[in-house]
Amino acid sequence: MSRYIIRRLLLLAVTMLVTSLIIFGLTQVIPGDVAQLILGREAGEQALADFRAEFGLDDPLPVQYVNWLGGFVTGDWGRSFTSGNPAVRPLVMERLGNSMRLATMTLIISVPVSILLGVLAALWEDSWLDNLISVLSLSVVGLPEFVTGLLLINGIALGIKSLGLPATSSVPDGTLEDWIRQLILPSLTATFVLLGYIARLTRAGVLDELKKPYVRTATLKGLPYRAVIFKHVLRNALLPTITVIALSVGWLIGGLVVIENVYNYPGLGALMVDAVKQKNLLMLQAIVMVTIFFFALANLVADLLYAVLNPRIRLE
Amino acid sequence: MNSTIPVIEVNNLSIDYQLGKRWLNAIRDVSLRIDPFEIHGLVGESGSGKSTLALALMRYLAGNARISSGEILLDGENLVPKSEHEMRHIWGKKLSLVPQDPLAALNPSYTIGEQIAEVTRLHEGLSKQQAFSRAVELLAKVKIADPEAVVRRYPHQLSGGMQQRVTIAMALSTQPRLLVLDEPTTALDVTTQAVILDLFRDLIHDNKAAALYVSHDLGAIAQMCDRVTVMYGGEVMASAPVHPLYAAPLHPYTMGLLASIPRPTEGVETRLPTIDGVAPSLAERPSGCVFAPRCPVALPICFDEKPPLEIIDTGRMGKCHRWREIRSGELVMQTAPLEKVAASLPPDDNYVLMAGGVSKRFGSPSLFTRLVGGDSGYVQAVDDVSVRVRARSTLGLVGESGSGKTTLARSIVALEVADDGQMTLLDMPIANTLAGRSQVVLRELQMVFQNPNDTLNPYQTVGEALARTIRRLSSRAMTQTEIRAKVNDLLDEVRLTAEYADRYPAELSGGEKQRVAIARAFATDPALVIADEPTSSLDVSVQAVVLNLLKDLRAREGASYILISHDLAAVSYLADWIAVMYLGQIVEEGDTEDVYQAPSHPYTEALLSAIPAPDPTVQRGNIRLEGDVPSPRNIPSGCRFHTRCPRKIGAICEAQEPPWLDAGDGHRIRCHIPIDELIAMQSTPPDSERNEVSL
Repeated sequence: MSRYIIRRLLLLAVTMLVTSLIIFGLTQVIPGDVAQLILGREAGEQALADFRAEFGLDDPLPVQYVNWLGGFVTGDWGRSFTSGNPAVRPLVMERLGNSMRLATMTLIISVPVSILLGVLAALWEDSWLDNLISVLSLSVVGLPEFVTGLLLINGIALGIKSLGLPATSSVPDGTLEDWIRQLILPSLTATFVLLGYIARLTRAGVLDELKKPYVRTATLKGLPYRAVIFKHVLRNALLPTITVIALSVGWLIGGLVVIENVYNYPGLGALMVDAVKQKNLLMLQAIVMVTIFFFALANLVADLLYAVLNPRIRLE
Repeated sequence: MNSTIPVIEVNNLSIDYQLGKRWLNAIRDVSLRIDPFEIHGLVGESGSGKSTLALALMRYLAGNARISSGEILLDGENLVPKSEHEMRHIWGKKLSLVPQDPLAALNPSYTIGEQIAEVTRLHEGLSKQQAFSRAVELLAKVKIADPEAVVRRYPHQLSGGMQQRVTIAMALSTQPRLLVLDEPTTALDVTTQAVILDLFRDLIHDNKAAALYVSHDLGAIAQMCDRVTVMYGGEVMASAPVHPLYAAPLHPYTMGLLASIPRPTEGVETRLPTIDGVAPSLAERPSGCVFAPRCPVALPICFDEKPPLEIIDTGRMGKCHRWREIRSGELVMQTAPLEKVAASLPPDDNYVLMAGGVSKRFGSPSLFTRLVGGDSGYVQAVDDVSVRVRARSTLGLVGESGSGKTTLARSIVALEVADDGQMTLLDMPIANTLAGRSQVVLRELQMVFQNPNDTLNPYQTVGEALARTIRRLSSRAMTQTEIRAKVNDLLDEVRLTAEYADRYPAELSGGEKQRVAIARAFATDPALVIADEPTSSLDVSVQAVVLNLLKDLRAREGASYILISHDLAAVSYLADWIAVMYLGQIVEEGDTEDVYQAPSHPYTEALLSAIPAPDPTVQRGNIRLEGDVPSPRNIPSGCRFHTRCPRKIGAICEAQEPPWLDAGDGHRIRCHIPIDELIAMQSTPPDSERNEVSL
């Protein structure tokens, strides 16, 4: 097991190295001169040259890459090109914290609800309940996030004012309760995306397991129905679901661009879009590296979790 | 009838299945009784309804099934009106199931101990601690070595035999009134089956339980059961104590089943009697006697009128219009004389295939393992094996699972690339890789696989599948008409009508699929066909058809076979030369008759001894192989068989690889015991006492 983890961590490092090469290469081919873009068309030759020198844009590309990567690994993520040239790292870290809060809240809501719906749909296969759950979960998945987001804002935040749920989440301070209030609508929107997916997967998993002979064995032992389902069936049926949930964590942290925009939520995704628009190279590189890291980490956790929960998997 | 209260009594039970909007009758008017201490056998082919009936005895039905009439009395109490909730107090306590496929029947995510303890905690209110120590005791009772360690293992970490012991420990944990054993040894090797059958019989008697033993294996039934019920098409055909049922069957179906079993005593030139036709599906069960369409002695009345289930003697019942004529001897069944196969040239001395020094290992260490070091365990599946096949002959390869026989076959057809070894086909050297082989080699060397369900493309008709093989491999370009004609010829060869060309595999029965697979193999007029367990997934009556077909084709087409099987009786029916494999090596080879007689390698002797004879009067050989085949990752030193050998003579077996002993006529045995001593030890081989089954 420990050897497997070491190997997977080495692989993670390789992934990050390849990612860094790709993202560095990509930022180089974005059209337009960075110095010109940042300083404006009126900037003089001298100002442009100074800017390039300050940010090392004159160095040969391999030198730039090594300098950037070395800095990144040691914690110096460079400075933003935007006015005041703030350091990149605290900015990214702050946004990362916000994104993780949103991801956590989303998981707390979506996982129990969607698993419950999936199990119910499977146990009452082909009944009206199953059909209802299918229709509901598929229709909310089909809607784009900005549509569900706007519906929630208009319907709940503005429609039922007494709930006191804010439509926009601009204040990343305050008590836990304030936080939860701000997070409910964005995380509901993200839940809608995950809901259908997890519920369908759970349903399929439960149906698969119900057909297996060990379920008959458990029944013919005389176990009560709920023990057959909760102890025997779910233990196996949820294995694929759990790994998919772990994988979705990567998306929840780095991929909620639309939701963050709709709710004006200061997450990592929104920051990335800004960085692309402003050609804020060091910022963009840092965000992509962090996002990919979480994707890869989520993948690793998913595999480990699967192995821990499934005694048939031997990690070597 | 005697006066004891039966453990279970079924009266006029009928069960229907819902298919779409229709209810189809699956079990019709079945009556059955099992007395205390009785082991009752339930035999029948697939589709006969035996599994449905076995589970229905436990009042357990599939979601789309219903009991339409009849009663099931457990100790006099009717189970039919009981709800599922009420049944949960009886299941696992008074009625227990030993399932068919133990690995699938155990929950993969819980330890053995947990799964056994669950039953006693539920029904006997034991604490967690008590239940676990009880589980250890139960495992010891089913003769599992080191039960303290096994309770903490997961099902997949145990061998098939161990898994089946676990399920029986589980079933016996509450001292149930009735055990239902649903094909409990079908998935096991013959050696393991022998050990498990002994264990079952002892345990059932020790526990004073009654048991229903469901099987399609007439040998296992004969050795296990006190009384037997024969089912066909959802109805009871016959029910009798085991001795008269086998010695003097009164139902044409029972007679047909018994006759179609291949027996090692018959010569190579005979054909097996078969039961023509296939079992009817639920929707097309005849209104008269269900067996009439396949019955060789059916009269017009049999098609019009369903015969009643009559009591013939005490404890003996039959459902046939003609049982009186059969008993009085007026009616003699035509199955008795064995038909000869078409005359063929005897095997000649040219070798079709010569394979020398074939080796195959799996799981070479990965790059990472090599860098980090550590256990580089690989599996030596085939270790320096040489085989030769003469023209127009059949080489039988036998051995338990894990013996390497399938890997050897796959290496010969290059589905696996042999690491080592030279092969020549028809005196041409051939490459070990598929890519290195010419069209000619592909044409001359064909394979029939074990499971016909997996080897036919479900989206291709039979005709398309055959035409594709013809087109791909024929030696010259052929027109559509020629191909079509060839397809029809092939179907005719395997005794299928031309209409089958337009059918999809899903529309065929198991036996028909296997016949198509054989037709496909013969599409290229091969010199050598390798058949890997070609009949192991088929019913005994269908197996007889396929074995006859293979024999006919050999005579007509002059082909040779390598026949791989764990069923020594089936092998002996077809093979004239046999090689016995153990852990990747051949331990004995020789003429079929010689291999089945003394002297034998102790492993061959044990394999033969383990076969349950389809005759209750024959005492089975008493040699049992304890333990499992050692892992091919750690092959034992010296003689590979020494860890399980009942005839081990001492340290020499552990230290030195045994020499090849010559027993004459090319019969060779790899053993440290001299030939004379082997003959002395084995002077009464299990086969010599076998009585012929009179029909």
